Amino acid sequence: MTATISTPGTPAFRLTDSTLRDGSHALMHQYTEEQVIDIVRGLDSAGVPVIEISHGDGLGGSSFNYGFSAVDEKKLVARAVEATTNAKIAVLMIPGIGTINDLREVAEMGVQVARIATHCTEADVSEQHIKLVKQLGMEAVGLLMLGHSTTPEELLKQALKMQSYGADVIYTMDSAGAMTTDDARARIGTLVNGLDIPVGLHAHNNLSLAVANSMAALSEGALHLDGCSAGLGAGAGNCPTEILVAVCDKSGIPTGVDTLRVLDVAEEIVRPMMPRQQVIDRAGLLLGYAGVYGSFLLHAERAAERYGVSQADILIELGRRKVVGGQEDMIIDVAVELARQHAERENALEALDESGPLAWTGHIEEKR
Amino acid sequence: MGLPVAIIGSGNIGTDLMYKLQRSDLLDLVALIGIDADSDGLRRARDLGYEAPSNGIDWVTENADRVQIVFDATSAYVHVRHAKVLAELGITAIDLTPACRGPKVIPTVNLHQHLDAPNVNMVTCGGQATAATMGVVSQITRVPYAEMISTVASLSAGPGTRQNIDEFTRTTSAALEEIGGAERGKAIMILNPADPPILMRNTVFCALPEGTAHDAVIASVQKMAEAVQEFVPGYRLKQEPVIESGPFNAPGGVVPHRVVVLIEVTGAGDYFPPYAGNLDIMTAAALRVGEAMAVHRIESASKEAQA
Repeated sequence: MTATISTPGTPAFRLTDSTLRDGSHALMHQYTEEQVIDIVRGLDSAGVPVIEISHGDGLGGSSFNYGFSAVDEKKLVARAVEATTNAKIAVLMIPGIGTINDLREVAEMGVQVARIATHCTEADVSEQHIKLVKQLGMEAVGLLMLGHSTTPEELLKQALKMQSYGADVIYTMDSAGAMTTDDARARIGTLVNGLDIPVGLHAHNNLSLAVANSMAALSEGALHLDGCSAGLGAGAGNCPTEILVAVCDKSGIPTGVDTLRVLDVAEEIVRPMMPRQQVIDRAGLLLGYAGVYGSFLLHAERAAERYGVSQADILIELGRRKVVGGQEDMIIDVAVELARQHAERENALEALDESGPLAWTGHIEEKR
Repeated sequence: MGLPVAIIGSGNIGTDLMYKLQRSDLLDLVALIGIDADSDGLRRARDLGYEAPSNGIDWVTENADRVQIVFDATSAYVHVRHAKVLAELGITAIDLTPACRGPKVIPTVNLHQHLDAPNVNMVTCGGQATAATMGVVSQITRVPYAEMISTVASLSAGPGTRQNIDEFTRTTSAALEEIGGAERGKAIMILNPADPPILMRNTVFCALPEGTAHDAVIASVQKMAEAVQEFVPGYRLKQEPVIESGPFNAPGGVVPHRVVVLIEVTGAGDYFPPYAGNLDIMTAAALRVGEAMAVHRIESASKEAQA
């Protein structure tokens, strides 16, 4: 396609595409080097300014708990750095999962943006990492995950800590896709008013509000938004990059991104590699409704199969236990527990079947 | 009369350890040393009748002849400095930070190996809760890869732990290899702010190569848990260890199975409420090492006297 469409002017916000990081969850972290090169070239030529790449759980995420990467993520990062012309390459890192050694390595490789993510009430674990990112000459973006689960005021308190460590940008992430548009507005508005640095929103689509919430964030003063091509992502998927760009274009908001090119990337490069289309099914909606981490979805599906229990029961119990990002091991814990309860019930019923009538007669005779 | 000891660092871990030392017949606590006279830990130490100076490591330098062991519960950065001072003074250091200036000790695995070392490292709370599990599995089979995930309540993680989260993951990973016997180890730490606070949880995954005796793995993990319970009564396997079928594309090669061990640690409730099993397992392990050193010194002294 040769035609280009985009609203002229300085972009109203900076778009970070996370197809190669958050999208990695949907592919169970099986990206190949060729796929990375194709996606980076496509997004870069469409004018996307920042492309994030890492294991879905960030640098160092390849593990039993989160799934092993098919290809070493550092190799994938190297391919991304080589394939880009204008777009900056970003990585995500969660303190407690990745280490400062990972950050040093990717800085060497030419990564320009390091996004340091913590649970939304635990910002102080990011101090050494944000400081190191700045020392290494990279841009430091602080991400507060599962942002729906705390108040806007608490979120600001945590964001101020990250700002004091030297963060250049602060995002709140709607990791469970649980924010209504009012929730997103309140959080972004409070952050914009309380911080000296730009603010962003990372939206998920469990309640079918990812694009709407992103647009609301813009009107509250957000200067950064995240998207994933074709919505590829954990759980019900992310804010689809191409839809966000198209809606902005239609609203006369310049993004610096070519709408038709970014549609081509979604349709011709990303969709063919998707194991399933990104839909909001029962489990996806339940995640958003119960406020459970999107990346738990596929792990819960596998554990449900393995232990013969219901995926929905697992997700609801996880919501009840208030698990946070990274606690995928609790999926096994819950599944084993549910299977045990199930077996105990079966045994009790069998025991009742065998001894039931006799015991019953005895009971009646006793009464007499 | 027990061996005279001091604790430096009056945060969560140091204060919890103080309550445990209070009950020890083998160790006599002389002082809990801090840097803030108004800290909760120092206030509690004064209430219990212990010296509670707030001039940090200087107190140890000035009172070097009064203590033989110092438990360091400050932070990894600070212990690096303390380790030098203590070594020059000839005082044994039991390091409860992830600084790793001396050999790592996990009591159920190598308690008696480093009783004469001038500085021993207690790894991390997660390491104490999981390295022994890997240790027994690697006695039965080659473990090409092992992983642990430790989740603690936010309220139980003080500023030192938070600043040291990177040291936590690196030191614990190293312990899984050096002490747990895994060819490659990975550690993950998560803080959970749920209210009411969650009990400390640890999950261990070990890659099991073809031909591993699964029953032996399960039985030895259960036996190991009993050994830990001797000094950490709140340590328990949440479920019987489960063997899951893959294949799993783990580092070191594809394996057909993995064992999953789900551990929960309830604390003794000495300083923090019982949810803080992470404090308890760390301080209980350090106490056990200190007491073993005390016994070792008595035995060595009597041997020398006989000779």
